[in-house]
Amino acid sequence: MIPAAFAYHAPATLSEAVALMKEYGDSAKVLSGGQSLLPLLKLRLGQVGHLVDIGRIPGLEYIKEEGGMLRIGGRTREVALERSDLIRTRYPILLDTTVVIADPLVRNMATVGGNLAHGDPGNDHPATMLVLGAQVVAVGQKGERVIPIDKFFLGLFSTALKPDEIVTEIRIPVPAARTGGAYVKFERKVGDYATAAAAAYVTLSASGTVEQVGLALTNVGPAAVRATAAEKQLIGKKPDAAALGAAARTAAEATSPNADRRGETDYKKEMARVLATRALTKAIQRAEGV
Amino acid sequence: MAMHTIKVTVNGEEHQATVESRLLLVHLLRENLRLTGTHIGCDTTHCGACTILLDGQPVKSCTILAVQADGHQLTTVEGLEKDGKLHALQQGFWDKHGLQCGFCTPGMLMTSCALLERNKKPTELEIREAISGNLCRCTGYVNIVKAIQSAAEQQA
Repeated sequence: MIPAAFAYHAPATLSEAVALMKEYGDSAKVLSGGQSLLPLLKLRLGQVGHLVDIGRIPGLEYIKEEGGMLRIGGRTREVALERSDLIRTRYPILLDTTVVIADPLVRNMATVGGNLAHGDPGNDHPATMLVLGAQVVAVGQKGERVIPIDKFFLGLFSTALKPDEIVTEIRIPVPAARTGGAYVKFERKVGDYATAAAAAYVTLSASGTVEQVGLALTNVGPAAVRATAAEKQLIGKKPDAAALGAAARTAAEATSPNADRRGETDYKKEMARVLATRALTKAIQRAEGV
Repeated sequence: MAMHTIKVTVNGEEHQATVESRLLLVHLLRENLRLTGTHIGCDTTHCGACTILLDGQPVKSCTILAVQADGHQLTTVEGLEKDGKLHALQQGFWDKHGLQCGFCTPGMLMTSCALLERNKKPTELEIREAISGNLCRCTGYVNIVKAIQSAAEQQA
């Protein structure tokens, strides 16, 4: 399959890239890892006038802790997360997430910034980033802007990014004490999008009750679903099986899945409930250091 | 039509080509350079038959533009054999009958080649995870895993 013709640009600097995005506006798309965009173009589900390849811009691939934040460069490949000791030891929820994205070959190209900027409700990073309280740093003609992740996903394939903006960094607050997170995905086969998946991030108080919690679900709505009612329900509670089960039921009620080859809506809601329970349970185990 | 002149090093040999923006890397290899060992399977980023090494990393060449590869080092299945001697992996696939129809084999070889570069003695689970982006519809993977294990032993 051959994409419809387009003009290709490979700017050497971020400012050149932004200028190209500004010049071509809605007819331009950023090419990062290309593992979602190129299949769309090949299947002719989409067409672009101009592709702006950010692959030759230096300084966009890194993973580091600095100033109380984990900082991930926008073009950081998934494989880099998978092989990072920092991610494995301090952010196991990110390791959970990256290793279930597509397959290892795709992860050698696919980027974290691309996974977010694409705005696909089937992508795995959005739910995880929602519970981590991430910030997306975007650079456009007017300079740099920090977008809280809660304001980033507007709907199906739609984000808060302006046409000239490029994701340069993802920031995640470093974990507080007694904090654990987990991402649990149910997929039909390696490489598939989630039938449903859940991300949970929990901070326990010294007495073992839930002090802070984030819970979000993948591919059961037009964008990743943040289960705010379920989160509120858990605050201050002892995280026993009854409390987690009740919160997971509330979370499932917040979903609005579409029926497709992966299942009927009721089935997907039920999977959302099961996976929310599992993600919360694992997050709490990790928070307790078990 | 937007044309670009690019240079790629394939199996140690430098090539120059003038290509359309939309030309996929797999087509550059197969049609422009006549290296037809790299296969096109699903053409939808699922099957891994088109796997090649881009700067040593296994990637799906049907999901990369030729222009993105400008200036990079590529290795295809044709680059495995050296001076008439099969690569340990090729020998392993031969010895353990790691194929039936052979369509997935070039991709399997390139993925496992990169695996053995970074992990000399992978466990069965590590092998199965590494090749999870390469689909085989014949073997059930059993002999492919054995072939990779055999190559790892030969190289030890």
